[in-house]
Order: sequence, then C-alpha cells, then structure tokens
Amino acid sequence: MTSPSPTSSSSSRLGALLMAPVNALMRLIDVPLRGLQKSTGIGGMAAFFLAPNMLIFGIFVLLPLVINFVYSMTGGTAFFLAERNFVGGEQYARLFTCQNYLDPMSCQEDAFWTAVGNTFWFVILQVALMILTALITALILNRDLAARSFWRAVFFFPVLLSPVVVGLIWKWILQRQGLLNFILFQFGDTEPYTWLTDRTWTFAATIGVSIWAHMGFYALILLAGLQAIPKDLYEAAEMDGTKPARVFWRITLPLLAPNLLVVVVLALIRAVQIFDEVYVLTGGGPGTSTLYLTQYIYETGFASALRNPGLAAAASILMGSVLVVLTLIQLGIGRKNENKGKR
Amino acid sequence: MGEIKLTDVKKSYGAVDVLKDINLHINDGEFVVFVGPSGCGKSTLLRTIAGLEKVTGGEIEIDGKRVNEVTAADRGLAMVFQSYALYPHMSVRQNLAFGLENSNMPKPEIAERIQEAARMLEIEPYLERRPGQLSGGQRQRVAIGRAIVRRPTAFLLDEPLSNLDAELRVSTRAELAALHARIGSTMIYVTHDQVEAMTLAHRIVVMRAGRIEQVGTPLELYNTPANRFVAGFIGAPHMNFLSGEVQEVETGSVTLVIGGGHRLTVPLADHKLRGHKLKAGEKLTVGIRPQHITLENNPGSLPVKVRLVEALGSETVIHADLNGEKLLAVVQGQKQIVPGDEVHFSLAGAPLHLFDQNGLRVKGA
Amino acid sequence: MGAAARFILRRKGGKGWHWTDIVTWVWLTGGLIIMFGPAVWLGFSSFKTPAALAEFPPSILPYVTSQATVEGYDKPLQLFNAKMPDGSTRVLAEVRRIGIMSQMVDPKAPGEIVRININDRQPVRTLSFATSNYTEPFVHFDFLRYLWNSVFVTVTATLITLVVNSMAAFALSKYEFRGRSAAMLIILATLMVPLSVIMVPLYSIISSLGLFNSLWGVILPTVATPTGVFILRQYMLTIPDELIDAARMDKASEWQIYWRIVLPLTAPALAVLAIFSVVWRWNDFLWPLIVLSRRELYTLQVGLSIYSGELNVQWHFILAMTVVTMIPVVLVFIFLQRFITTGIAGTGLK
Ligand SMILES: Nc1ncnc2c1ncn2[C@@H]1O[C@H](COP(=O)(O)OP(=O)(O)OP(=O)(O)O)[C@@H](O)[C@H]1O
Ligand SMILES: [Mg+2]
Repeated sequence: MTSPSPTSSSSSRLGALLMAPVNALMRLIDVPLRGLQKSTGIGGMAAFFLAPNMLIFGIFVLLPLVINFVYSMTGGTAFFLAERNFVGGEQYARLFTCQNYLDPMSCQEDAFWTAVGNTFWFVILQVALMILTALITALILNRDLAARSFWRAVFFFPVLLSPVVVGLIWKWILQRQGLLNFILFQFGDTEPYTWLTDRTWTFAATIGVSIWAHMGFYALILLAGLQAIPKDLYEAAEMDGTKPARVFWRITLPLLAPNLLVVVVLALIRAVQIFDEVYVLTGGGPGTSTLYLTQYIYETGFASALRNPGLAAAASILMGSVLVVLTLIQLGIGRKNENKGKR
Repeated sequence: MGEIKLTDVKKSYGAVDVLKDINLHINDGEFVVFVGPSGCGKSTLLRTIAGLEKVTGGEIEIDGKRVNEVTAADRGLAMVFQSYALYPHMSVRQNLAFGLENSNMPKPEIAERIQEAARMLEIEPYLERRPGQLSGGQRQRVAIGRAIVRRPTAFLLDEPLSNLDAELRVSTRAELAALHARIGSTMIYVTHDQVEAMTLAHRIVVMRAGRIEQVGTPLELYNTPANRFVAGFIGAPHMNFLSGEVQEVETGSVTLVIGGGHRLTVPLADHKLRGHKLKAGEKLTVGIRPQHITLENNPGSLPVKVRLVEALGSETVIHADLNGEKLLAVVQGQKQIVPGDEVHFSLAGAPLHLFDQNGLRVKGA
Repeated sequence: MGAAARFILRRKGGKGWHWTDIVTWVWLTGGLIIMFGPAVWLGFSSFKTPAALAEFPPSILPYVTSQATVEGYDKPLQLFNAKMPDGSTRVLAEVRRIGIMSQMVDPKAPGEIVRININDRQPVRTLSFATSNYTEPFVHFDFLRYLWNSVFVTVTATLITLVVNSMAAFALSKYEFRGRSAAMLIILATLMVPLSVIMVPLYSIISSLGLFNSLWGVILPTVATPTGVFILRQYMLTIPDELIDAARMDKASEWQIYWRIVLPLTAPALAVLAIFSVVWRWNDFLWPLIVLSRRELYTLQVGLSIYSGELNVQWHFILAMTVVTMIPVVLVFIFLQRFITTGIAGTGLK
C-alpha cells in the first residue's frame, strides 16, 4: 500500500486552485437547478440533461435531414424555403434525363453522371487496394516484431493529418518539378510526368493519396482483429504441422472475416463521400476527370454561378440512400457478429 | 428519534410484484434485521424506506410523518451499501465530508464530526487516502463512517459485511454491535447470514417472495417459528421435517404415526388448530432441530441407517435415513460411527414443532 | 542494417531467411519511407527560399546560393566556384552571362573581368533556413487571424461537445424514463448522417439563424456528435448505480451527481473524446469552406486551400503554413498516440 507522495498532493492542490472558479460556477448553477429538481422530480432532470444535446442535434442534424426532401422538390436559386417554388419531382427528372442511358455525356446533367461514374470507379479501386494493403500491413504488424508500437505508429501517422494538409503535401510532391519526378529522374526517366494536369494520372493520384492517408486506420482495426484470434489456435495448428499458407487460409482469414467485412463497408461509406483531399489536390480537374459526388453537390449547391440547391439536394438524397444501404449492411453484419459471439 | 412505520407497502416493477403488503413497525433505537432467500425483496424494501425507490402503494412514516413524497436526501436516513459505494476519486476525508457539505454545514463542524467518526472507527491514519488504497475492512469502516457523520435518524445497511472474509466479518460484527450500543440509533440491517441476524438483531424480519413471514426476537423465531418456512430458515443446519398422521388426541398431548409405523407423542398445551380441533387421521409435519437429537437407544427412539458422517471435532454431524426420509443429527463429541451403521436417534426431551398441511404452526406445540 | 534487420526479424532468425521475413523487411522499410517521407520532405522544403524551391533537381536540405556586393555594381552578384584555365579554383562573382560564357570578377579585386565557360563554374551554396517563410505570412497575410480562428473553433467546439455530450450520456445511462430507447435509436440512426448529405439544408438553417459567416456557424452543427454520446454512455454504464444512490443519500442534487461524481469518474472516456474532437475540429474543411466566405473568418484549413488554389501559388509560404497547420496534430500524435490507437481499436471511431 502506498501513501500519497508529497508531489501528488501538491499537484492536486494546484489542480484544486485551478478548478476553484469552475467549482464556484457549478455551485452557482446548482442553485436554480435544485429548484428545478424540486418541481420536476429526479426523473424530470433526465430531460434537462438530455435537452441541450437533443436540441442541437434536432436543429442541425434531424431538421436538415427532413428539409432536404422538401428542398429536392423545389427550384430556384434562393436558399430560404419560403422563397422557393415547388417543382415536384422535376429535379430528380432532370438528373435522370438522358438521350442514351449508356452514355453519361448525353444526359442533361452530364456532370452528375460523370461524378457518379468517377466516384464508382474511385470507390471500387480505392477500397480494394486500400483494404489489401491494410491487410498486408496488419499481418506484418501482427508478427513478432520488435518495437511493434513504433511500426504501428509509422503506418498510422497520416491518418490524423488534415485532408487539406494531405492534399498540399502531395500537390507539392507531385508537381512537375516535384520530388516524385526527381526520383524517377534519378532512375533515368528524363521526361517529367505531369501527375496533376494529365487525365491519365490524376485519377490514379487521387486514389493513391487517399490510400496513403487512410490505410493506417483500417490496418489498425484489422490488427486488433488479428490480435483477438486466440493464440492457442495457432499453437494447435503448429502441433498438427500445418503449413503457414494453410494456416492463413483456414484459420486467420475465416476468423478475421467479420472484421474484414466491417472494415470494407466502413471504407466504402467513407470512399463514397471523398472530397477534401481531392479538392485541394486537383480541384476535380483536369476537366472533370476527378470530379466526385460530394464536390458535385457542393458546387451545384453553392459554388457555381448557376447554383441550384434543389438539384444538389436531390443528388445528395441519392447519395444518402446509397449510404443508408451500406450502413444497414454494416449494422446487419454487426448484429450477426454479436449473435455469433453469444452462441 | 428514528421510528419507522410501514403500512401496506407495495412495490412492483411493471407486472412483477416485488413487495406485497408489507406492514412493519420499527421502534426508535431498535436493531432490526431483514433476512430471507435471495431475491425475496430485502434490498428493495430497504431502498423504499431510504427513498431510492418509490412505493407503488401503501404508506411509509418516519417519526409519525408520512414520507412517501419526500426524496431520499430529505428523509434524514443514511445508507451503507454492499459494495460500499465510496466515491473512488475522493479521499476518505472528502468521502465523509461530501454529504455534510451538501447540507451546507460550516467547515469547522464538518472537520469536528469527521475527526470524531474517524476516531471511533479507527480510520484516522487513512483520511487522506483514496478508497482504492484501502483494504476491504478499511473501506467498510469508511462506508460506515460516511453514515455516522451524518447523524441520521436511522441507519440502513444492505449486507455490509458480505464482502469481507470470514474472520474479519466476525470481528466487524462485534464492533457493529458495540457501535449500535454506543450511538443508540435505529438500524435496519439486511443480511443472508443467520449468525449475523441472530447475534445483532433485537428483532428479525423473515421475508419470502415479497412478504413478511414472521417478525420476532431471535429466540422467538428459533423457539416458536410461525411456519415451516421460518422453521427451516432459522437455525443451522436446517430443522428436520418428518411427515406424520394424527393417531390419537389426548388432553395435553397428541400422538402421531410417522414413517415406518413409529409413534411420536407430542406434548400440546392447546390442541385447537385455529378454531378446529385436531382429529385423528389428519396429516401433520413434525419438526426437530438436529441439535436436539441424541444417540440413545431407549423405548420410542427411532432406528435409522447412517448415510454420511461429518466429524467436526467438537461435534459430529450424522446424515441418516428413516424409511426414505432424511434425518440429520448434530451430536456433541466424536463418535465411532461409519456410513452403513444402524443407530438409534432419540427424540426424548426434544422440543418438537408441529405444522399443519399449509405449513402453519400448530398452536401450543 | 544487418543487425537492425536481425533485431526486427527475430522471429525466424537463426533458421535463415524465410521469404516472409524479406517481405516484412521490405514492407516496413518501404512504409517508413512512404509514410514519413512526404511529411519530412514538406518540413525541409518549408525552409527553402523561392529560388531554391524552383530548382530542379531539388536538394534535400535548404541551401541558398551565396551573393556578394561588389564595388562598382549596384546589385548583389552571385558567387561561384570557378575553375580557372590553369586548374586552380577561385571564388568569383558573376557579372553577366553571354551564351555559354560567363563574365566574372573577383569580389576583392573587381577591376579585371574573367571569362569562364559556364560548365566550369559551380554556385557557392550555404545551408540556410528561410525562417521568413514562417514569419511573413503571420505579419503580411492573415495567417495569425486564421490560426486564432482555428484555435477558437477547436477549443470552443471541443468544450461544448464534452459538456453537452456528457450530459446526454448521463441521462441515457443513469435514468429510466419513457422515450429513452427512442432517443437512443434516433442517435444510432443518425450516427451515419454525413455532412455531405445534409449540407444544402444545413446551410439554409445556418443562414436563417444568422450564423452564416460566423465561427459559431462552424461550431454548432458539430457539437452534438452521436459518436461522443455513444462512447461516453458506454463508459458511464460501467459506473455502479450504487454510487449514485449513495450520493443521493448524501443530499447531492442531480446536477452535483453529474458534476462531482459522474464526470470525474468518466475522465478517461472524456479524454479520448477530447483528443478526437480536437483532431476533428482542427481538420474540418468542407463545412467551414461553406459557412465562411469572409477572409478574416477563415480557419487555417480554408485559408490554406484558398491560397494554394490561387494562380500564382507562393509555395514557400504555403509550405510553411502547412507545417504550422500540421504541428498540433503531430504533437497530439507523438504524445497521445497510444491513447488514440487503443481508442480506435476499441471503438472503431475516427
Ligand atoms: N429494477 C428492477 N426491475 C425489475 N425487477 C427488479 C428490479 N430490481 C429488483 N427486481 C426484482 O425484485 C426482486 C427483489 O430484489 P431484491 O434486490 O430486493 O432482492 P434481495 O432480497 O435483496 O436479494 P439478494 O439477497 O440477492 O440481495 C428480485 O426478484 C429482482 O429480480
Ligand atoms: Mg439485496
């Protein structure tokens, strides 16, 4: 049993000194609240504690969610609902008006369909490559490494960086006279690549950069999943003389599958909403080669001279329904995993 | 003052009735113990008295005032919880002071009361420690101290000793008795432990499934249990029960036939059974405490077959079989008996308890 | 390197190199370079002068070419190590360049002009950190303002988040009331409503509340995070109810129970939420971009992206300000990394 050391008691005295005004404030608040408690009873105080969060939540999340549907059925450039005229399903019709349904460029809102197509390919490629790298990273980090937490930190580092910073770092590296071209130049490539202004490269660049920025997060979750696999399973397999590859396919992968599924869906949900890094890196260009859905909504709703909030709302509802489906899948998986745990 | 009166107190959670018509009068300064099997509603009853749960029916009075609508804070009671519920982030001193500060007591008086309680409970050396840095016994004292400094009208204690090891429990029990003698406040004490109940209580309240089965002094419950449940619950090991049939009713006694055709004569002051007379052929249950059985072979003793012998040194516990009915005897000293032996159990001079088919005590037995 | 590798790869060590050991080694080294390299490169670049930034091939460390004022010339002249025809090397200042020939003078004896082939001269370079990249944007641009705005948004939003979320979590974990499960369900359902789906109507709500072009318009929509309520509630459920009963017996009001009992005991979860909230709010981009249209209100992220999107990008300033923007997050990362990684592994939040 340890008696409190003098330093800890003096530091707690300092803490008490710092907290004194806050405590005084709280005592002041307590006076009217005791009165409130007298009149509402203890149960009534639950409502009081819940109220601020629910109020903010209602105004800034629930209300917009509802208004969004109204918005998508009105037209004009005004933002106040009262100044907007009802147009019914016109915005949706506009999104879906195409001469040839196989060619996005023939649609009235060709930018929307370009964004949909870009986002689709982005999501597929980014998620597939990112989960693959995250899985490899997690498997490697799960080995008996020295300084594992250091290596984990290495891969996790970019996750916390702001998307703007990520975009700028890579914009600097990928520019014509940037580091990447220099490295390639060292290897004998004399002609510098135009990574950010050439249609062939920008799309790949956005995928690569977003993988760089987010991979560590998924590797971390997968690593946690790997570490949750009981060690004795591996020991049993070793006793049976099972080959490592077989251990991977028959033990590791099946047991990691629930985690893997959750991670894939989570990555899908996030990839569909890609915006910040790309906006800074390429601004959606060149042309519309890296225009993704969120940017389309943002520009249609706010940024372009011909802004059309109703159309943006309609597009956001379409995107939202995709996200809802993905979320339901995720919750379903979560439920299934839970049940499995119970059995 | 600390007089508590419960009238027809009911409590239900949704459709589940946890307390059913509790009537109880606790006098000022009394030490009352609630016992009963797990889940019978002891804690719930204590918490309704405390004001932590609202009753769904009936009335609670403290010192003659109805307190149904009074909050826990204002009932003037203090509670000691099973898990102690000490605030882990506060020092022992702060734990003791918290309740007093909340009632705006001047600082010097708070310090004085803490000093006094700390001296009484011998926790002075730990006042600046956190609960996490204390042993179980020390925590328990702090929990009691937190109640004492409040000078409550009554103490409510919910299994306060159940987290202590056996030895500590015995010594703390004695201290608690001394403490009660010293402060003289009303105490209501919930426990599973019969010995605690018997040694501490002025009166014991035996509960079962949300009802009070019997209220009485420890010896009243031991000597004249009101029904088979109380008879079986109080006393360890449990009372033996043998089923029998009335053969003959005489003045002053009744003769029963039990398993194997053996006859038992039970002295009876009054053979009226709640208005109607005992009649021949009526089915009854006889209760005998294991400690009252002796190993003597005299006329009327019961031949039994020994199943198991537990030698405890000072006494021997014999598990035996009488025509398919189990019979347990606790006899003094060490005996040379092994399982399989045939021995005789003598009930001569043993107080016998009679219960009717509803399990209720036959008056006078 | 061999020793380090043996240290890193001790698992199959001794039995020779298994192919997985090689993959591990390649992956980890590659990861180290790819993950840290860009940020390190950014750091070095941010100390280069505009001239050094424009150089190709670039140098890793920030060098500047030396200059000297030479008598008889108005402008400072660039210094070179020149190889003389007799094979010796001298430090000369370049006066002008004609074709492949350079006219140079000796700074100490500026009378005589020497002609040197440009391939025979190397600029004199010294290591120098262009700290003006950092100081100037604060003085001449609004970056100090942006920094302040970012700090204000981050701190205020985090404080409000902690208070409001913990109050709600307290209600949802320690009280029984009608509609509790409904409230939980709503929170769960909107856990996944991203900003990109509601930005248009949210913008209209913000403007009708008069919060357009106000930092509060950036702060308020972010503070009622369902994630925060969730983590805190999960944690509060582990606080025994008996403690709260004990406090009620001790005449504590419900507000006191919240403030003096529950909050201190929730400190670990509050710390995790605080860390995440700081990172989230510091990094927020799209929403501030929508709400803030006046320069003096920009947060660092918005300011940076706007400046970097201009036609004539002043990279030396942008890079320095990117580093400034990165610093708080890097500090959080260095000191609280363990906290964050276990937090993520435990709750899957980001
Ligand atoms: N909040 C509640 N909701 C529904 N039922 C409850 C609730 N609290 C208690 N009960 C039920 O009430 C009954 C009595 O509980 P109580 O805690 O009073 O028992 P107890 O006699 O103290 O048991 P133990 O000796 O195990 O502590 C139990 O059957 C329990 O399941
Ligand atoms: Mg109980």
